[in-house]
Amino acid sequence: MNYKMIKYNLGAVLKIESILLVIPLIVSFIYQENNYMYFLIPIVISLLLGQLFSYKKPENKTIHAKEGFITVALVWIILSFFSALPLYLSQEIPSFTDAYFETVSGFTTTGSTILNDIEALSHSMLFIRSFNHWIGGMGILVFALMFIPTADARSLQIMKAEVPGPIVGKLVSRIKMTARILYIIYAVMTAILVILLCFGGMPLFDSLLSAFGTAGTGGFAIKSNSIQYYNSAYIDIVITVFMILFGINFNLFYLSIAKKTIKAMKSEELKYYLLIIGAAILLIMVNARGIFPNIFENFRHVSFQVSSFITTTGYTSTNFDLWPNFSRDVLLLLMFIGGCAGSTAGGLKVSRIVILFKMGIKQIKKTLHPHSVASVKFEERKADDAMQSSITAYLFIYLLLFVASMMIISLDQFDFYSNFSAVATSINNVGPGFNAFGATSNFSALSDLSKWTMTLNMLIGRLEIYPILLLFIPTTWREK
Amino acid sequence: MKIVVIGCGKIGYALVKSLSEEGHELVVIDQDVEAIEDIVSVSDVLGIHGHGANYDIQVEADVKNANLTIAVTNSDELNIVCCMMAKKMGSRHTIARVRNTEYFKYLQYMKEQLGLSLMLNPEAQTAIEISRILRFPSALKVEAFAKGGVDLIELKIKNDSPLIGLSLAAIHPKFKAKILVCTIKRNDDVFIPDGNVVLQENDAIYLTASKDQMQLFLEAIGSKKKQTRKVMIIGGGRIAYYLAKELQNSNVQITIIEQDLAKCESLSENLPFVTVIHGDGTDHELLDEEGLLTTDACVALTGFDEENVVISLYAESKNVHKVITKVSHIRLDGLLDSIGINCVVSSNVVSVNHITRYVRAMVNSKRSNSIVTLYNLVNNRVEAIEFSVTEAADYLDIPLSELKLKSNLLIASIIRERKLIIPEGKSTIQLNDKVIVVTTNKYMKHLEEILEK
Repeated sequence: MNYKMIKYNLGAVLKIESILLVIPLIVSFIYQENNYMYFLIPIVISLLLGQLFSYKKPENKTIHAKEGFITVALVWIILSFFSALPLYLSQEIPSFTDAYFETVSGFTTTGSTILNDIEALSHSMLFIRSFNHWIGGMGILVFALMFIPTADARSLQIMKAEVPGPIVGKLVSRIKMTARILYIIYAVMTAILVILLCFGGMPLFDSLLSAFGTAGTGGFAIKSNSIQYYNSAYIDIVITVFMILFGINFNLFYLSIAKKTIKAMKSEELKYYLLIIGAAILLIMVNARGIFPNIFENFRHVSFQVSSFITTTGYTSTNFDLWPNFSRDVLLLLMFIGGCAGSTAGGLKVSRIVILFKMGIKQIKKTLHPHSVASVKFEERKADDAMQSSITAYLFIYLLLFVASMMIISLDQFDFYSNFSAVATSINNVGPGFNAFGATSNFSALSDLSKWTMTLNMLIGRLEIYPILLLFIPTTWREK
Repeated sequence: MKIVVIGCGKIGYALVKSLSEEGHELVVIDQDVEAIEDIVSVSDVLGIHGHGANYDIQVEADVKNANLTIAVTNSDELNIVCCMMAKKMGSRHTIARVRNTEYFKYLQYMKEQLGLSLMLNPEAQTAIEISRILRFPSALKVEAFAKGGVDLIELKIKNDSPLIGLSLAAIHPKFKAKILVCTIKRNDDVFIPDGNVVLQENDAIYLTASKDQMQLFLEAIGSKKKQTRKVMIIGGGRIAYYLAKELQNSNVQITIIEQDLAKCESLSENLPFVTVIHGDGTDHELLDEEGLLTTDACVALTGFDEENVVISLYAESKNVHKVITKVSHIRLDGLLDSIGINCVVSSNVVSVNHITRYVRAMVNSKRSNSIVTLYNLVNNRVEAIEFSVTEAADYLDIPLSELKLKSNLLIASIIRERKLIIPEGKSTIQLNDKVIVVTTNKYMKHLEEILEK
């Protein structure tokens, strides 16, 4: 284990964090909120620590997968700490547990909140919450990778650990350029969304923050009743479309824009992703038709809610908790599927689900014809045994953690459906749950233990289990 | 520069690593997924899984806009096809690894017709390197600069050497030979010395001098300049063939020991001046019988690294004056040093250096004061670079002692009008000189970079 290099990388990211914290500070100046100190303190501390950690570049620069995972896990934990400081220091969120929960929920693009009265928060604090979505969506380390000198070649390990999905590919030879391309696509799409929202009559500040939430597939609203507050069909539809877009693998955007190939359109994952969305909308529209006055209203809210859940954003345009049970179950299932690999969405990812399905079919065939030879193909390539077993193992660990977390949360005496949805929403980075944690409610009623469990779940879900899990495995720290 | 490398075997791997570290943009194509995953996890390059001569794959690799395409797969023909396709698609330059001797008979014609910029034959290059070492038997390695006008020699200081305990400044007064020690490798440290450094046993030193001064020096320190007259080559592969050809005209008696009868026959057919022995090269008695004890040099060139190491150890134990070991696994290099095998040649390293040099020349062909040749020394930890001073600059005509040079480099020699100057404090760099710089600061591209900013 190359501790020195981990420390060095942490330092570098801390310095970037101190710069990122300047942005909400500027917001604080614009709105003259007189809470500068609460930003300045974490800025100074993280800058000093960062300077201290990255003062001297270690001679041994080798990073293996292990160091990559640990770096990513530590970066996310420590960064959430520094970003939580303004909320806590200003006492706008009086409990540190709550402040940390809120920040991790931001960074991991979950969007679950413990705030009863969101409108009471100052502008700068609202801004930092949503801005965390935007940074966390694409990844803070991918952000950092944009600035590394070209000589550090082994950073792919870090990117692999941070970008969601079973397969991580580079777009161009240089990892730095890949990171830049990703962030350019991300930023341009966000900017377009902000402009469109402003057109719809949303104030600039609200548009910006809603766009951050949509882009990162986060879902922090700045009003207690989320997007419902604006009560505009235009805004609902714009956000629906963009939620779906941000749930698509960003590589496809690059390929279709820069290389003008139609390869992007042929992506199997994209096909299934759109198929699932379509099917879910159709099912719910039929099931919940009695609730809405007309078919347009029906389509508007159902498509919004379906996109919101499958991309794990978690915005609400209506109180979906009032929908029939079947519809709610469909939404709950969508949480687990999640978006495409390489997008900002959470969940298990469509690619994993599709491969698992194909493996299941293969196994059934094999039972019928024991001597048959069948291979699982995905995106026109064979998913080899190593990949298949890594996906099944992933699913198993995922379920194991799910059950364990549910046991802890059930200590709080809520009903099964609430507990189940709370764990599902945190580990899949969605946002709202059902029943006790539904669209009109929040997570403030949970005990501290449950909040920490959910915080951990959010990190586990965002970083796809292994980085966080490795922190708790003693062999990771044992020197060979 | 944008470079596409097709084939990620041993050479491909080393090549990609080295070129990527120099800051080029690389795309690697290989049919083996694992090979691609390996290289992508250690180097910042784009890996593409597929057949190198597949049109779609080449399009995906953007060969069209590549400055250079290098094909180093196992098959000569595939390499040639890949390069021809790449050339047609728009790649500016192409390099193919071609090993079959048949293709080399009309090298120029082949190159022109196939549109290749360079046909790389690793075995032939390795043979040239070995023959160069054989010319200076007391050196571990010999590199030629300025078209052979300057030699850079690696020497190991043995326990009976008169150099032990001597500071570098004291060498000239004592031996009356003008030489310059450029680099010292002591244990695992590699550094560029100044005059006060005292030499110790087991140091490996790189030194440069003109041919006659070098001769003088080697005689003076007792490394008696014994001409290589008898060479025993074990393993009759392609390198052995090329090596025998290289040595053909230098009045050397050559014995090749080869296990495979068919190979022996073809060798004796093609190399009538060589004694070809059919037998097992690891058989000590056979080696003794064929006169290992009386040979001046033993070159182990079998296809197996292990066999070569064992043969070399045996030859060392019999005090053969010069033992050269061929290894394919580049990573073994450091290990071998520790068991007493000092003179190691690897056709992969030779190939990589050759291509790297070509790429650098490409990069610098249009720039001023550019690199002519480049050598990687001491396991790639030091570089010796030959610059050509082609245009005026403000550091010219100033005595070196007044220039603020970086600490980790040394100006090893200046060649002016075909005459070698071993630089001193009062020497100057002038227009049209060739300057050789030895440095631990890698990736130098311009002569200006010798100056402290």
